[in-house]
Amino acid sequence: MQPQPNRMVDLVDVSKRFVKGKETITIFDRLDLTIPAGDFIAVMGPSGSGKTTLLNLLGGIDRSDGGEIAVAGERIDRLSEGELARWRASHIGFIFQFYNLMPTLTAAQNVELPLLLTPLRRRERREHVETALGIVNLADRLKHYPREMSGGQQQRVAIARAIVSDPALLLCDEPTGDLDRATADEILSILQSLNRDLDKTIVMVTHDPMAADYARRTLHLDKGRFIEKLEKEAAA
Amino acid sequence: MNDFVLILKNLFHKKLRAVLMIVSILVAFAIFGALASFEWAFNSREDSAQADRLIVVNKISMSQQLPVSYFNGVAAIDGVGQATHANWFGGYYQDPKNFLVVFAVEPDSYLKLYDSDFVYGPGAREAFVRERAGALVGERMMAKWGWKVGDLIPLSSNIYSKKDGSHAWDVKIVGTFAGRTPQNDSNVMLIQYGYFDETRSFQKNLIGWIALRTASPGITDKVAKAIDATFANSPDETTTDTEKAFTQAFAAQFGNIALMVGLVVGAAFVTILTIVGNTMAMTIRERTREIGVLKTLGFSGARILRMVLAESVLLALIGGMPGLALAALAIFAVRDDLIQFVPTLTMPPVVVAAALALMLALGLLTGLFPALGAMRLKIAAALGRS
Repeated sequence: MQPQPNRMVDLVDVSKRFVKGKETITIFDRLDLTIPAGDFIAVMGPSGSGKTTLLNLLGGIDRSDGGEIAVAGERIDRLSEGELARWRASHIGFIFQFYNLMPTLTAAQNVELPLLLTPLRRRERREHVETALGIVNLADRLKHYPREMSGGQQQRVAIARAIVSDPALLLCDEPTGDLDRATADEILSILQSLNRDLDKTIVMVTHDPMAADYARRTLHLDKGRFIEKLEKEAAA
Repeated sequence: MNDFVLILKNLFHKKLRAVLMIVSILVAFAIFGALASFEWAFNSREDSAQADRLIVVNKISMSQQLPVSYFNGVAAIDGVGQATHANWFGGYYQDPKNFLVVFAVEPDSYLKLYDSDFVYGPGAREAFVRERAGALVGERMMAKWGWKVGDLIPLSSNIYSKKDGSHAWDVKIVGTFAGRTPQNDSNVMLIQYGYFDETRSFQKNLIGWIALRTASPGITDKVAKAIDATFANSPDETTTDTEKAFTQAFAAQFGNIALMVGLVVGAAFVTILTIVGNTMAMTIRERTREIGVLKTLGFSGARILRMVLAESVLLALIGGMPGLALAALAIFAVRDDLIQFVPTLTMPPVVVAAALALMLALGLLTGLFPALGAMRLKIAAALGRS
């Protein structure tokens, strides 16, 4: 399989199994998936359906047991651990349910973390950080620690951290799962804006149908298979 | 921000725990710095002792004296070069607690024998040989008591008395001397044996020990045996040994310093290594999710390994350096009080270097396993996503 320029994700015959004691649990068996660049996809499904495993495989933080995985023009199933780490740093932004900010670092320092892996100078890093925090409307919270911010603000810092190195693909795992409705809508609006205005490809795992409404498409996973694909009206 | 700031922030993530670890490391290195400096001071005395110089003492004990006539007997033995004799005076200044190291010596021969160890002030040697009640005083002793050449000192002994019943000898400082190296102790006073022996009320014509240089270093053993054979079966049999062995025997009176240092420091280190290692492992375990996030962001396993190792080394340095400084301060504070027992007491560069090496070893050893664990950590497992 050759990576296609207009495709962000290409999964072909991907399989993934977990071994627990003497039992082998098959998560995916010959799974196929194509996501075009610039798409915003919600992935829904019951617990254990393989949503998080799918994100792990797309982000190169877990390995498949077979098949081919091309993301952002790279066959990541062929990369070594070190190559995967470098690839993640420049191509993928992660957004987690529980924000996963470093409690000892300020908002600006948290956002700066991925930039420590780049050759950018200190001043350039600061400019990138300010821009990223500006995009999520937190330019006035540079020096605040996570404990001094609300859940919604922390998630916005996490989004700023995810986009600061300008990755092509954002992987979001229940990004609003820990937030109230109003705050969740704020976060989802930011993600929608990143997709529409900055052309970021987004794959978002969620249990919340209202969150899924912000995506262009929703894919339903059940027992490791996409059982239906609901094409939504592109709201662009 | 840079990696160092990140490491520092991680180190002080739990402030109380970090401070407690730092204090325990500080105490360990304070102990190490002090004891290792003492050991060095004792050993440096031995190092300054020359291998071709022999000391002849009474076979019964160093505290038993020898007849002064032995001096001429020893000097006449084949292979003996320059020889001299000396006597422990047991001196103090004004008050018994103001202890002074004073030797009553045969001036001319003594200065010749120890010529390679000391440098003398202008005219000091000649004046000391000439003036019967003169005293030649080391520069450190001069500085300690604020004396100057020409001063008349009432020198008391806690062993000897004069014929008139008093314990004080009036001596005049006729010159000074300094050690050629820091190991040559200049906290010493020399007085003339003739003056001392003539005026003391008992143990006349006795000397403490005989010191000599052999004609060549190769015959040291042979000469030592010849000396002891000469006085065998006499009322005062002798034991002859090298100055180095003599000094070691003297130092042994204070216990086996090296063994003591080794045991104390070793026990402290094993304990601290265990505590710090366990705490580091616990700290890294608690930060599993954060390490998983860093890896997710693109931090490689090797970089995580370096960061955790740097954190544990930094911890060892933050604790160890002030501990070493504390030891240096303590040594500086007690140095004057112990000058008569350990005249070369200081914290030498070799102890500082050894302490720095130990800090590095402590940091690397305690950080190694947690760092390897962090390096190998699977992201999915760290984030609870598998």
